[in-house]
Amino acid sequence: MSTDPRLIDYVLRLGDNALVLGQRMLEVVAAYPELEEELANANFALDYIGQARLFYSYACQLEGNGRSEDDMAFLRREQEFRNLLLVEQPNGHFGDTIVRQVLFDVYYLALLEALKHCKDTGISEIAARAEKEVRYHLRHGAQWLVRLGDGTEESHNRVQRSLEQLWRYTGEMFAADELDAYMLSSYDGPDLEAIGEQWREQVGAIVAEATLLLPADQVMTSGGKQGIHTETFGYLIAEMQSLPRSYPGVTW
Amino acid sequence: MMTDKEWPLYEVFIRSRSGLSHRHAGSVHAADDQMALDHARDTYTRRSEGVSIWVVRSDRIVASDPAETAAFFEPAEDKIYRHPTFYDIPDGVENL
Repeated sequence: MSTDPRLIDYVLRLGDNALVLGQRMLEVVAAYPELEEELANANFALDYIGQARLFYSYACQLEGNGRSEDDMAFLRREQEFRNLLLVEQPNGHFGDTIVRQVLFDVYYLALLEALKHCKDTGISEIAARAEKEVRYHLRHGAQWLVRLGDGTEESHNRVQRSLEQLWRYTGEMFAADELDAYMLSSYDGPDLEAIGEQWREQVGAIVAEATLLLPADQVMTSGGKQGIHTETFGYLIAEMQSLPRSYPGVTW
Repeated sequence: MMTDKEWPLYEVFIRSRSGLSHRHAGSVHAADDQMALDHARDTYTRRSEGVSIWVVRSDRIVASDPAETAAFFEPAEDKIYRHPTFYDIPDGVENL
């Protein structure tokens, strides 16, 4: 059976989301105010990096031309990354980080649940493993969002602003492009419309418990799935790739 | 208002597998019970150490007083008849 190039693109997209979010989280390793949260953040970041490795290795296996997972992470250009804009947003303050995490993880968990039942066993096996990790991340993040939202006036106001600022990047998750449609029809992949409804319901419930307000409907910013990224993404890629770019073929 | 007050301490008990009992693993700081459970999970079960976690606020544990050690524990020391060592074990019974 010849390999389906669009399947490879889709697997890379999954890997890119995991890698970029993991890289963002690793930026704040050793900068947390509490030891236990520090460990949690580093654990979670490495969970995403681990998921990225699985997706990339699988993409390389499908591609079969000798590229490795490291080539995928370190030797592709900025425009070749197809992650969502949400996951590349800077860490900001702790509230920003938590809001980004919750908005993404609610979506990501639903996506993985759907992918577990898709027709491609390579993807479904990785999804089954990742789902358990992400379910815990979401538990952790949602608790924090409630704690901050329903905490002090200061924490409430700050996290409400985080929600307002990140909201514009959420529409992209559910805007199915040609590749999403293809995965749905050919592989029983995720139905983004259904996931969007589920997401709004779940996020609405967490936000309500946190005594926060859902931001008003607004124009959504998108482009990640087409490789058009926000300004800060170039710096993330530059930092992440600097070592293998400066010392080609280096091992560590 | 930010304060520099530390989060309360919780003691962590981990059961390493089904059938065994929970054992004290250490302690974590946390602002509330659920956070304590998360912190215990993220601090003490990273290498598959457990299948169940208990956390309890350290200040809720009632401990025996070291000054009363003699009254508490020494009376048991000379009551050897409390140990099940005076029975003849029937042949064929292993692992008793």
